[in-house]
Amino acid sequence: MDPSKLNMMAPAPGYDAKYLDDGGSVITTRVDDAINWLINWGRANSIWYMLFGLACCAIELMQTGGPRGDLERFGAAPRPSPRSSDLFIIAGTLTYKMALRVKRLYDQMSEPRYVISMGSCSNCGGLFQYAYSVCKGVDQIIPVDVYVPGCPPRPEALLEGLLKIQDQIRNERYLQHRYGVGTTPNVGAAE
Amino acid sequence: MTPADIFNKLQGEFGDEVVFNFNDGSEGDKDPWCQVEPFRIEDVGTLLKSDPALHCDYLECVTGTDFPDDDQIQVVYHVYSYAKKHRIVLKAFLDREDPVIPTLTDVWSAANWQERECFDLLGVLFDGHPDLRRLLLPEDWEGHPMRKDYEEADDYHGIPTIRPNPIELFSISLPDKDGAAEEGEAEGVADAETATAVEEEV
Amino acid sequence: MSEVVFANEMDEEMTLNMGPHHPSTHGVLRFIIQSDGEIIRKATPDVGYLHRSIEKIGERCTYQGYMPYTDRVDYVAAMFANECWASACEKLMDIEVPKRAQYLRVISCELNRISSHMVALGAMAMDIGAITPFPWALREREYINDLIEELCGARLTFNYHRIGGVSFDMPKGWRDKVFAFLETFDPAMEEFDRLITNNTIYVKRLADVAVISAEEAKDWGLVGPNLRASGVAWDLRKEDEYSVYPELDFDIPVGQGLVGTVGDCWDRFWLRCQECRESSKILRQALDKIDEHPEDDIMGKLPRKMKPTGEAYVRVESARGDMGCYVIGRGGQEPYRVRFRTGSFTAMGIVEPKSPGLFVADLVALIASLDVVAPEIDR
Repeated sequence: MDPSKLNMMAPAPGYDAKYLDDGGSVITTRVDDAINWLINWGRANSIWYMLFGLACCAIELMQTGGPRGDLERFGAAPRPSPRSSDLFIIAGTLTYKMALRVKRLYDQMSEPRYVISMGSCSNCGGLFQYAYSVCKGVDQIIPVDVYVPGCPPRPEALLEGLLKIQDQIRNERYLQHRYGVGTTPNVGAAE
Repeated sequence: MTPADIFNKLQGEFGDEVVFNFNDGSEGDKDPWCQVEPFRIEDVGTLLKSDPALHCDYLECVTGTDFPDDDQIQVVYHVYSYAKKHRIVLKAFLDREDPVIPTLTDVWSAANWQERECFDLLGVLFDGHPDLRRLLLPEDWEGHPMRKDYEEADDYHGIPTIRPNPIELFSISLPDKDGAAEEGEAEGVADAETATAVEEEV
Repeated sequence: MSEVVFANEMDEEMTLNMGPHHPSTHGVLRFIIQSDGEIIRKATPDVGYLHRSIEKIGERCTYQGYMPYTDRVDYVAAMFANECWASACEKLMDIEVPKRAQYLRVISCELNRISSHMVALGAMAMDIGAITPFPWALREREYINDLIEELCGARLTFNYHRIGGVSFDMPKGWRDKVFAFLETFDPAMEEFDRLITNNTIYVKRLADVAVISAEEAKDWGLVGPNLRASGVAWDLRKEDEYSVYPELDFDIPVGQGLVGTVGDCWDRFWLRCQECRESSKILRQALDKIDEHPEDDIMGKLPRKMKPTGEAYVRVESARGDMGCYVIGRGGQEPYRVRFRTGSFTAMGIVEPKSPGLFVADLVALIASLDVVAPEIDR
């Protein structure tokens, strides 16, 4: 028997070995990319959302967290405090009286933070377009990552929104953004 | 007791200067109501609650309505009795420029919040109310929105009150009628066919 | 030498701010609490964080077009606000509702009453600290949501009732599904009782807490389950005899103070459990009787033009009690004034006078037991 066939580490047919005695299964990658992937994997699957309901959508948010929607299977657990949560689900109509509080709550959250605007009211004012006391869209006070349409959205729609946030987290270059890893230090600036 | 009996009793007690203008509910208004002189409303309320024959222990609803045409604000009280199962609707007509009426908080505690709401949304001053603050709107809100001539401010603490129409925002020009007709002709046969079909039917 | 002098050594009053974002305030409510340690001196509610000007919007909608907004008056029990608005308009315009539509209204409302009480019970148990009952209650609620979705197409904001009737008849086979649900629901309530209602810790936690006497309840205008828990046998379904309720046989549970005083927090919890059972009874009867009336006869005869003049006040027994709607028309397409009188609004008024002397944790129990829902307070 051909001894080379016994070599389980041989390169696949059609591929050349790169090094002497190359087994062929060496993963070449950049360390920061690997760590990045690992961190994002962890972050995407442990999104803690703030337990915060404003109006009708809060009931659907509750049911999403309930036995059938089961938000927790995506690693999303409710947190009572803004300081320990990553995701802010604006569930419902935002009034002017509440808007300043929501802004403050958002400011209390630590980076990186994400915002889902759930329902037509928080997307754009929705049904309450002609109301004197309703803020026409939460994006007028804080930045929004994902808009979930519906009045109110079904639990499935909110789950889809959460998955979109997970996608967004997975595609982030977290280390690069946070700590400048992998970027060229700006040497010439000092001179 | 029927509302007419209650009205007669009230009128017998206070005279027709205080309680008057009974409407028996046969016309447009479905619930019988009577008008009360605003400055005696507290006495009327006290009698309604304390008199054993009337015994109205439940203040259901306090509503304020703005009538700029008549230059008045109406405050409507729906009063009900659990024991006797009868209802009377009292209306007080106030001057729109200076709406003041004594409070009913001492008679029915339920009036407390309802009057606060009425003050908040319509600007009716309830004389003697223990805690007449804004209830629903923020403390620094200007104006009383349930008035018919209320105009929304441009912004509240820097938050704009209008959201731009997305059609204008992305400057998508809607086809005007003439343009649409031309396009329809260019698009061709289907429209022409339906058009002829319609003509044949006519 | 210096020494710290306290004006009054025993006086350590502090101000606590609870809400508007607080996990146990049932929506966006805020309380400003003056407390001495754990004991409350005074708790002042601050509401209006969900004031959406629904009444003002009513002045620019047509009578029919206002129906979706009434859903948002009370989103946990939207059917009742629908029914209230529809009946107010019917009274104003003298519209007769066919019997079958009235039965459908009763069926949909009672289903909604159960689902609303499920949220109330589960959330109250969770506020007290028992997490398990909440998913159990939500499980039942999900079944009802499915049933109602099959009936009218929406899970939460139903928009099912119409002026003069309802929008859809029952789909085929729906009745059997409701019966099947009720078969599982009745044992589930027994289970729920074993799980939490008669739980010793729970009973000790809630008995004799925040007792509201019958006199106080009437004076402050408490309605519905809160009033009945204080020992007043008052239910509009019996007293006003609206809709088809006179044809149905059911009881009105009244607070009895089984573990403490009449009108304590536990009574309010227990009463809602009993009401769910009564609703189940009503549902069985209504589903049996509905076929005495011809199918698809679900809309009454409407006037050609809906431009009424006059005013009407109508009340229905909603899940949170007496819900009233006062509507004034002045010959236009739109109502001139709409006003909703809701149970939660008056229930919140009593928190301030009841709070002195309570523990901070008991305030949470009081709010939860009153079953207030933020949009009903603020509208």
